[in-house]
Formats: sequence, C-alpha cells, structure tokens
Amino acid sequence: MRARDIPLSAWIGMAGIAIVIIAVLFAPLLAPHGEREIVGDIWQPVGGDFLLGTDNLGRDLLSRLIYGARTTVSVALAATVLSFSLGMILSFTAAVVRGWTDQGLSRLNDLLMSIPTLIFALVVLAVLPQKMWILVLVMAVLDSTRVFRLGRAVATDIAVMDFVEAARVRGEGTIWIIFREILPNALSPLLAEFGLRFAFAVLFLSTLSFLGLGIQPPAADWGGMVKDNKDGIIFGVPAALIPGGAIAALAICVNLVVDWLLNRTTSLKGGRG
Amino acid sequence: MAVTQDDRAPAGAAGTDLAAAASPVLPADLPPPATLSPLSAPVVALNDFRGRHPLAALLLQRIGLSVVLLFAVSLLIFLGVEALPGDFAQTYLGQSATPQAVANIRAQLGLDQPAVTRYLSWLGGVLEGDFGKSWASGQSVTSQIAGRLGNTLFLAFFAAIISVPLAVGLGMVAVLYRNRFPDRLINVLSLGAISLPEFFVGYLLILFFGIQLGWVSFPSTVYSGMPFLARLQAVALPVATLVLVVLAHMMRMTRAAILNVMSSPYIETAELKGLGAFRIIARHAAPNALAPIINVVALNLAYLVVGVVVVEVVFVYPGMGQYMVDAVTVRDMPVVQACGLIFAAVYIVLNMIADILGIVANPRLRHPR
Repeated sequence: MRARDIPLSAWIGMAGIAIVIIAVLFAPLLAPHGEREIVGDIWQPVGGDFLLGTDNLGRDLLSRLIYGARTTVSVALAATVLSFSLGMILSFTAAVVRGWTDQGLSRLNDLLMSIPTLIFALVVLAVLPQKMWILVLVMAVLDSTRVFRLGRAVATDIAVMDFVEAARVRGEGTIWIIFREILPNALSPLLAEFGLRFAFAVLFLSTLSFLGLGIQPPAADWGGMVKDNKDGIIFGVPAALIPGGAIAALAICVNLVVDWLLNRTTSLKGGRG
Repeated sequence: MAVTQDDRAPAGAAGTDLAAAASPVLPADLPPPATLSPLSAPVVALNDFRGRHPLAALLLQRIGLSVVLLFAVSLLIFLGVEALPGDFAQTYLGQSATPQAVANIRAQLGLDQPAVTRYLSWLGGVLEGDFGKSWASGQSVTSQIAGRLGNTLFLAFFAAIISVPLAVGLGMVAVLYRNRFPDRLINVLSLGAISLPEFFVGYLLILFFGIQLGWVSFPSTVYSGMPFLARLQAVALPVATLVLVVLAHMMRMTRAAILNVMSSPYIETAELKGLGAFRIIARHAAPNALAPIINVVALNLAYLVVGVVVVEVVFVYPGMGQYMVDAVTVRDMPVVQACGLIFAAVYIVLNMIADILGIVANPRLRHPR
C-alpha cells in the first residue's frame, strides 16, 4: 500500500489524531501556562493576550485544552482497552466453551444492553463514590457489552474452522485456543471496532463530565471545560464551544480513519463485509 | 429474537466425530452439540398453538421477553442501590453522623428492613404507579415525575416527527445517487454529525439562533398552562438539536438497509426490464426494506430517549432527564431509580415495537418454516 492510495479524508483524520497525541505526550512543554494557573480576567476574547482566550476563572483556555487532552484521552483510552480485554476474553470464552457458559454470558449481556448506556451509567454513578478508577471501570463494563456482541459473532465463525478443531484434537486447552487460535484471526475486524469504541468513549466521558458526573474539577478535561464555561453562552462568550469543538474534532478524525480502514478491509474481501 | 448459537450445531457434531475418529483421547472440554432445552408438557401445547397461529405466537413470545426483561431491569436497578458501598445514612449525614441519627435515618428511609421486603414493596408500588418519596425533598416522586415526563415526551415527539421522514427521505436520495456527489456529500456530513456531542450542537445553536440572532429565548423554560405556540417556540432549539443528533445515524442506517435490498437479484431484474431508478426504489426496494427501516427508526427513537437527557441539561428544560441528573448529583436514590426504570422501560418497549413491526412487515417472518 502506497501513501497516495490513502484517501484525503484518512490523511485528515490521521493528522488530527497525531496533533492530539503530540498534545497528550508533551502537554507541559506545549502549554503556555499552567493547568490551574489563573492568568487574567475571566472570559477574555479569542486572539487577545491569550490565543484562545480565558475561561470562567481566568485560566488560559489553550493550556487547559492541552492538559485536558491528556485527561480525556488517557481515561477514554484506559476504558476502551479495559472494555476490549473484558469483552474479548468473555466473548471468546463464550464462543469456545459454548453450552451454559455461553447462554449465561449472552443473556447477561442482553440484559445489560437492554438499558441505555447513559441511563445505566447515571444509576450506577449515583451509587458509587466519585473516583477516577471507578469511572473507568463503569465505562469499561458498559462498553464491553458492545464488544462482547461483536466478539462473540466473530469468534463463533472462527471457532468452527478446521484449524481450531485441529487444536482441540491436539489436546490444547481453552486458554490456548482463545489466545493462539481465535485471537490472531479475530484481530483485524476488532481493530476497526477499537477505533469506533474509542471515539465513543471520548464522547461518553465528555458527556458524563459535562453532566458533572465524570472527571471532577480542578483537573482539566474537555467535557468538564464545556460545563465550566457554559454560562458564558448567555453573554455570547463562545468559550464553551472550544473544548466542545475539540471533542467533536477528535471523534470525527477517529471516525474518518476507521471509515477508511473498514472500506479497505471490505474491499479486500470482495466487497461483501 | 434469533437464536444464533444453535446455528453451529451440525458443524460441532461433525467435529466431534472427527475428533473421535482421529484421536482416542477425546478432549474433555469439548461440549456436546448445542440443543434446545428439554421440552415439557406446556411446551408441546405451545408448539401446537405455534403451528396454528405462527404470527401470534411470535408476537406473544416477543412481548413475554420484554416483560421478563423489564422485571430483570427493575431488579438490576434495585440491586444497584443495594451495592452501595458503605452505609448510605452515614454518607447522607456526613460529619454529624451519631449512631442514633444514623439509625433514625435508616428507619425513616426504610433501610433497616431486609432487601427482599424492600424490593417487593418498591416493585408493588411501582406497578401501582407509586415510586416512593424523594429523599431530598420528601415529596412523592410520582407527582414530580408526571409533569416532567409530559414535557420530555413533548420534546421527543416533535423531534421524532421531524427527523423520521427527513432521515428516510435523505436515505432514499443517497441510494438514488449512490457513489455520486449527493451521496458522498450526505455521507461525509453525516459522518461528521455522528461525531458531534449533543452539548456541542446545542450550545452552537444557542449561540447562533438564541444570542446572535435573538430568534428564540434561552433557557427553554416551559410551565403548565403555557400557550401551545409559545411552548412550541420554546422547544424549537432543543428539538433542532435532537433532530441533528439522531438524523445522521438514522439516515445512514436507512441507506444501508435499502442498499442491502438493492443488491438482490430481483432488483437487477427490474433494472433489466428497463424500469426507472425511482420506480425501482419506491416499488421494489422500499417495501422489502421496510422491516429494517422500521427497526432503524424505532432504535433511533429509543436513542432519542437518551439524547434527551443531555439536551435537557443544555437547554435547562424541565423534563425527566434534567430531573434525573439533578437527583444523581445529590444521590436521591428513589428519584434515580424511578427515572432509570422509566427510561429503561421506554427503551425496552420501543425496541419491542421495532421487533413487532419488523415481524409484521416481513412476510418471511410471518410464516416461519
């Protein structure tokens, strides 16, 4: 595959993701001011002394945006990785072991999926203490139901292949079959799904933070920044739209890349997904 | 609901034979071929009924599943509160918690009774439309919810009647011009729209239409006894936000559903007969794509129910979503439980309606072989 085979949309997506990764890795070097440092008047306009203006407490919006990328991306990434590990291991186990294990896990999954994710998260977060690891765990468990559904569909297709049967006949255990036979063959369809789930995790985390139930202040995160600055909208201050736009841009970029990946893999299979 | 896990039974059975033939040591963890659960006498009678009224049996089965699901969800929501780490009364009172005060609070909230008793009395109350008393305000949850539920449904209703025809129409346009400019434009725009968080769209609309142009007022306050037109104007922006959020998704799924049908042989026949493109889509493709489209629509209406939570918070609209988020913040559990259950019930019922309409609209499902 050569670089010019990649469509423009995918290049835009990858460029956007690269910018976010740079912001995440080098936040202290890039940010002109500190994350919690009050540098001026509240809600100063864009393009004055501060490139993106200041927020509701007079903190530099650009700096908070860069530090916020760190929090948002790392929490969303942690939740996605965890949800994938959980969803894939459980779905592959269900597909390989079958019988009652499969029935039990699948019906439990149906039950969890029958409640809208946000509503479920609200009920659970109302009960649990507000800690970062609990937030990651809740997001991961809720999201793993979607991974489970896809993973099980993919794994049942693979589990009936001859090489899996051969491994069984050889006397390999369930763990071997899951990790050495099924996983390598299920990786490519699940990779595109990983991108989608990550984009969804960013949106979901931001929504929770926006509702005041996600990452707690004073840590900067994009959804929380929208919440902090939302009162400015009434006075025509667009400060809330900047982190909101960042969330949207990241999600769009990830989707553009995933869209290209999906198109590529379907065309490899002769057009029929 | 399709039983996919039984599809593999023949292959599994063949595999067992292969294993037995190839190796004297049969792997112990190889499961027997999947079979349905053993039949009992009522099941035989059920099969008889199923033979004579296949459609009714299918629908009853689907409705029964929803009822079971609703009970399971109510149990799950109740258990969520049970899983409360530490003592709620302790947290509720904060620093000033003396043992006596904690005991009083527990008795007052009924937390001193066993969980089963509380679940049954809660469920009994719910079935009679009584959701208990709010811990924060001490008022009846039902009376507080009633008006707000109406407001939320008002919002969701208008979002639905605008977004559904628009989405299906645009989906058809995209198929008509597939892989040409209008389709690509719709595709890129909808990909973008899917990635936009509800609050971003909402504040963008507020800033533009509410503040800069001054066409509508913000926040979107409604009150009982408000004139219908004024109410309609108040919900204009929240409805627009919801439409934008749901539209893209619904349209993409409609496009996929019709395209799926478009690749079948009878469409090719119609093309070879020399029928016009629009006639093919409207007369040949659309009726067969009806079931998947209905499914898409209902699924997105269900999604509307969730989107409403964020949109209500953005527009400070006095509906269920706002109420629930406020209750979650102060940990007012009876309110959270009530709202959670109602949202989940609406979602489950909409999904059920989607499946039922899908079954009724699809002749192949009406006569199962």
